[in-house]
Amino acid sequence: MAQAWRKDIGFRAGTGVFALLLIGIVGAIGVELTLQSMKSINQFGLDFWRTEIWDPVAGEFGALPFIWGTLYSSILALLLATPIALGIAVFISELCPAALRQPLVFLTELLAAIPSIVYGLWGIFVLVPAVRTLEASLPGAVRSLPMFSGPPLGLGMLSAALVLAIMVIPFSSSVAREVLKSVPSAQREAAYALGATRFEAIRAALFYARTGIIGAVMLGFGRALGETMAVTMVIGNNPQVSVSLFAPQYTMAAVIANEFTEAADELYLAALVEIGLVLFIITLVVNTMSRLLIWSMARSGAKAPAAEPAAAPVPGTA
Amino acid sequence: MTDTLRKLLSSAFVGFCALSVLIALVPLAFILFFVVTQGIRAINFDFFTHLPRPVGEAGGGMANAIVGTLIVTGLASLMAVPIGIVSGIYMSEYAGTRFAAAVRFAADTLNGVPSIVVGVFAYGVAVLPFKQFSAMAGGFALGVMMIPIIARTTEELLLLVPGSMREGALALGATRARAVFTVVLPAALPGIVTGVVLALARIAGETAPLLFTSFNNRFFTTSLTQPISTLTVQVFTYATGPYEDWHRQAWAGALVLVTIVLLCSLLARFATRRLERMHARS
Repeated sequence: MAQAWRKDIGFRAGTGVFALLLIGIVGAIGVELTLQSMKSINQFGLDFWRTEIWDPVAGEFGALPFIWGTLYSSILALLLATPIALGIAVFISELCPAALRQPLVFLTELLAAIPSIVYGLWGIFVLVPAVRTLEASLPGAVRSLPMFSGPPLGLGMLSAALVLAIMVIPFSSSVAREVLKSVPSAQREAAYALGATRFEAIRAALFYARTGIIGAVMLGFGRALGETMAVTMVIGNNPQVSVSLFAPQYTMAAVIANEFTEAADELYLAALVEIGLVLFIITLVVNTMSRLLIWSMARSGAKAPAAEPAAAPVPGTA
Repeated sequence: MTDTLRKLLSSAFVGFCALSVLIALVPLAFILFFVVTQGIRAINFDFFTHLPRPVGEAGGGMANAIVGTLIVTGLASLMAVPIGIVSGIYMSEYAGTRFAAAVRFAADTLNGVPSIVVGVFAYGVAVLPFKQFSAMAGGFALGVMMIPIIARTTEELLLLVPGSMREGALALGATRARAVFTVVLPAALPGIVTGVVLALARIAGETAPLLFTSFNNRFFTTSLTQPISTLTVQVFTYATGPYEDWHRQAWAGALVLVTIVLLCSLLARFATRRLERMHARS
């Protein structure tokens, strides 16, 4: 008896060591990146993130254009992707015939399975020329707006946002679908019983699931922030802060991908690692928040009594 | 709001949702169409058997990159499969504990770390100390990305195994280890294998973590301590290069990558279906 117990302790400790490795790796990433970027952190301090000039030859390192490019492209992608991702989630979980459900899930997940480099290749040779034509065909009045200023290169913020949006859609939509699945069917039935239309019933379900939905959108945001290859290949790689969708810009991930092997001196390398460190921290925060939201939704969904009143008032029935 | 208006709004909403699906499927169709048509035109026997030609010369293939991808992903699995499966076992066996929750959190965090950041980390740990880009460093980087996927899949599949099976084994006097390795794990094994295949497919398509770990190599090598070429990095080099023939080969490489991903996804889908049917019967 005592022996079996001792063996179980051994099993628990043995498997626990492997499990500890996972925590160790996450910690090691943080420590390693911090150590490797100390030189840049000490040299530039916070100015690193306020300076707009990135000129490695002259030894000037300012990371503002990369932060800007990463945030701008990800937010644009999110604006484009969120309505579509939610539409897909609603269609698959609430509207489509049962026979269509599995094939649609498979196809949207295929979108997530295609390697980033293939998106990039397609982006360079198909999307960018198409975007260039589109940009050139815009009327002059539109082109004079700051958001559409500059020559129509194709390579630039617009192409990057479009590729990112396509890549982010499957992530947000699959989580949103799971979240919708956890909404008690009494929610919808109650709405229908009050005479709600389909839209109104689904809106009630979406409102009920809002925490999880926000989590799903944030998860997509986290993906967009860290996406590297496809963006690197279509954004134009020019370190500048510009609101123009036509302007070639740069992101944090892209500058690391392009310049890391070229970084000759230690300070240059440390500056790139510091960009990596901050990207690591930003995605960590975004992903953690998103997971907490999804998790709290799943928990409240499990606990919710079946006969809870509809969370959203149904207009037109009062 | 009148009823007609409400009904109209509702129909518009349903229409929008259906349209969203179409909007997402159009790029998918476009990408697959271009990869297949451009790729098929470019792919030939030489692609699989020849090395890259010197810059500017047409022809040649990616034989070295194909072998390189196999080696690097092989190394990654050697590292990630044992660590992933065993930590998955821990998370499911001691699911309620605080430590298991911490490991689960770490796995999800690691899963969300951008691949380029994993590359920078692997550079610091596996390249810098040896002052040498190597296949091993590339395998390490991909392994780091693969561990959380396998760990979480294993955990989820083990939790699906009916508790009665574990309890039966324990009641017969088996130790925890014995119950897990002879009863619970075998029951979940087909699903875990599927998970590993899917993880491999995802890892084989990664580029960013390899750019400065396994780097690239124009020559054929199987050495683990030398820089090595991989399909993805080769496609990147060729796609961003100036030559028409390079672009042609980049499409061929993309076709090979997409074929791998597609086959693995289909395989996994059929395997999961069979599993589900088995569960339904038992």
